[in-house]
Amino acid sequence: MMNYFPDEVLEHVFDFVTSHRDRNAVSLVCKLWYRVERFSRQRVFIGNCYAISPERLIDRFPGVKALTLKGKPHFADFNLVPQDWGGYVQPWIEALARSRIGLEELRLKRMVVSDESLDVLSRSFTNFKSLVLVSCEGFTTDGLEAIAANCRFLRELDLQENEIEEKKNLWLGCFPDSCTSLVSLNFACLKEINLVALERLVARNPNLKSLKLNRAVPLEALQRILMRAPQLVDLGTGSFVLDRDSDDSETYRKLRGTILKCRSIRNLSGFLEVAPRCLPAIYPICLNLTYLNLSYAAGIHGSELIKLIRLCGKLQRLWILDYIGDKGLEIVASTCKDLQELRVFPSDPFGAGHAAVTETGLVAISSGCPKLNSLLYFCQQMTNAALIAVAKNCPNFIRFRLCILDPTKPDPVTMQPLDEGFGAIVQSSKRLRRLSLSGLLTDRVFLYIGMYAEQLEMLSIAFAGESDKGMLYVLNGCKKLRKLEIRDSPFGDMALLRDVGKYETMRSLWMSSCDVTLGGCKTLAKQMPRLNVEIINENDQMEFAHEDSQKVEKMYLYRTLVGPRKDAPEFVWTLV
Amino acid sequence: MEKSIAFEKDLNLEATELRLGLPGTKESEKQTLSAIKSNKRVLPDMSEECGSKDNSDVSHIKKCDQEVAPPAKAQVVGWPPVRSYRKNCFQAKKMEAETTGMYVKVSMDGAPYLRKIDLKVYKGYPELLKALEDMFKFSAGKYSEREGYSGSEFVPTYEDKDGDWMLVGDVPWDMFISSCKRMRIMKGSEARGLGCAV
Repeated sequence: MMNYFPDEVLEHVFDFVTSHRDRNAVSLVCKLWYRVERFSRQRVFIGNCYAISPERLIDRFPGVKALTLKGKPHFADFNLVPQDWGGYVQPWIEALARSRIGLEELRLKRMVVSDESLDVLSRSFTNFKSLVLVSCEGFTTDGLEAIAANCRFLRELDLQENEIEEKKNLWLGCFPDSCTSLVSLNFACLKEINLVALERLVARNPNLKSLKLNRAVPLEALQRILMRAPQLVDLGTGSFVLDRDSDDSETYRKLRGTILKCRSIRNLSGFLEVAPRCLPAIYPICLNLTYLNLSYAAGIHGSELIKLIRLCGKLQRLWILDYIGDKGLEIVASTCKDLQELRVFPSDPFGAGHAAVTETGLVAISSGCPKLNSLLYFCQQMTNAALIAVAKNCPNFIRFRLCILDPTKPDPVTMQPLDEGFGAIVQSSKRLRRLSLSGLLTDRVFLYIGMYAEQLEMLSIAFAGESDKGMLYVLNGCKKLRKLEIRDSPFGDMALLRDVGKYETMRSLWMSSCDVTLGGCKTLAKQMPRLNVEIINENDQMEFAHEDSQKVEKMYLYRTLVGPRKDAPEFVWTLV
Repeated sequence: MEKSIAFEKDLNLEATELRLGLPGTKESEKQTLSAIKSNKRVLPDMSEECGSKDNSDVSHIKKCDQEVAPPAKAQVVGWPPVRSYRKNCFQAKKMEAETTGMYVKVSMDGAPYLRKIDLKVYKGYPELLKALEDMFKFSAGKYSEREGYSGSEFVPTYEDKDGDWMLVGDVPWDMFISSCKRMRIMKGSEARGLGCAV
């Protein structure tokens, strides 16, 4: 019936189909739908920049306005991928610039971005509105100058946890006076900022809703900025300390007064440094907060932290450091009844010390916050009994990531592996999409995962399992698996090669310090031409004997439509 | 299987068995990990270069059927899985804390001026008290949890983060140095309230 409608009608209907997956599904129905869909698609998500080429993107979706690109594999976050592995955005920007694409939004994650890329970007797309860079590197404040100076209609500049080389501190001043369209600005990852330029910028951008400052912005400046922007919804304070010369009580009084006028703030973060005595100034906003991120606020702990938490009755998302302790988590559990997402980060991220939270805190949370659906929990230890209780209290997990600081630690009470505990989690949370395991684990946990985790899309495994069977349970059972990353686990060629077709249904597979051999990888590469099987070999080339029986230190494979990449460095071998 | 074990016990082969272990230590018979195949890699005992992206050789040692008890400070590349950005932030803080010292003012009742000491320099209470005693020429007496300081007119106290005056020595050392803002050596009658048995 739909075939008798003109294309415009189809297009209009497709306008209501917004998620990437749904649009992808729509495009597969028939050729007509494929054609209409592709010309009307405005937002494209590319989870692996090497799975496709910019030319093919442009060819298929000439109307694209918003592009998301991801580069390096996830384990690059943890220093497992060497520098110069790849993930360059330059070819994408060049190709888009050459074409007639009217790019308006670009979101990049784990990519290498150069100043030149930013310069070309800023000058090639007149309607460019939004740039979001997450965990990227390779650029300096020079690149930011170009963005500020040239993007006349910029609405969003969001820099999250990037490594940016700071040269001159001028970029913020490069926003012209005519720039009044900013809605979101985040520069928390920079060390310096020009305060005068910042205050002026905020003053002339009345639509600013999200502002995340860096540690170079002291309390006095924060107060002046908030005076200009009481409409903020999302605030990242910089430092929460007073300048030495200022009058403490006067500043505090002014700050308190100004904050009282900021009635719209729902998300709060920052506190990169803290003068605890000034914290009460923010108490009035706590009541309305739905998202609180104190994961960089090493200066807030003990009774101050608790006082703050007690006021945040409407929190839905909480990110904190493990200073909170089990007792603090009990207070979270009794205060934040609407909590959906909790992330507890280690206060000592080098793992040498003691995490201050254990299974007790997690059980308390699960019992007080039944809506919990997303968890990241770095802890000292975990027990099966606790996980079973958590599974029972919270059957709605979409994301469950547990990180025990000692990665092979058993249940300290029973000395058993944590198979049963994780088994309970996957069995009870039927909508689980992402899972990270840790602790002592045998093949049994993978049996459970294969049996029960029907919606699982991403699985992270470290120091777990006993044999190839473990990996096979997962590959056979998890039909929706897209990303699998494994380190330091005894899985080898037998598991790798059992079902080679599986990998074309997935985005990628990472295996490091496992038992797969060069020969196994070669076999896989030969059988599956539409996979890039990359071996990362950082050691001296001569040492790697090129013998098929040699174990491979790091292997990363991913499906692709464009063959081996041409920008691979010397230490990356793409097997064919 | 059982027979041979019994046989071995009779012969007391254990006594003559060669093994890797200090004399006098006994490898526990019930291995909690014995059910697990010995393919597990032991955590390499190496310290990770903070913030470096360079993955130096990680040598893996396979040990069969041994309990793995990593030393307290063992660090593995990429574990715990924390983003470099976060690690760099906390590294900076750590280094700041390590290099700048922790100077606090110390006053003593009756003394004309205050002194300053670096708490970082001392490893524990005994060293700190000795240094104070030397600096101000007094004796603190003997500390006990119940009685505080006995046998002296002088009592070392400190102001903590909450602004309260506390007796030096009650809390663990690490907690003390992170919460101590300044110190005061109290004398005589004032000191009595803090448990000084005179």
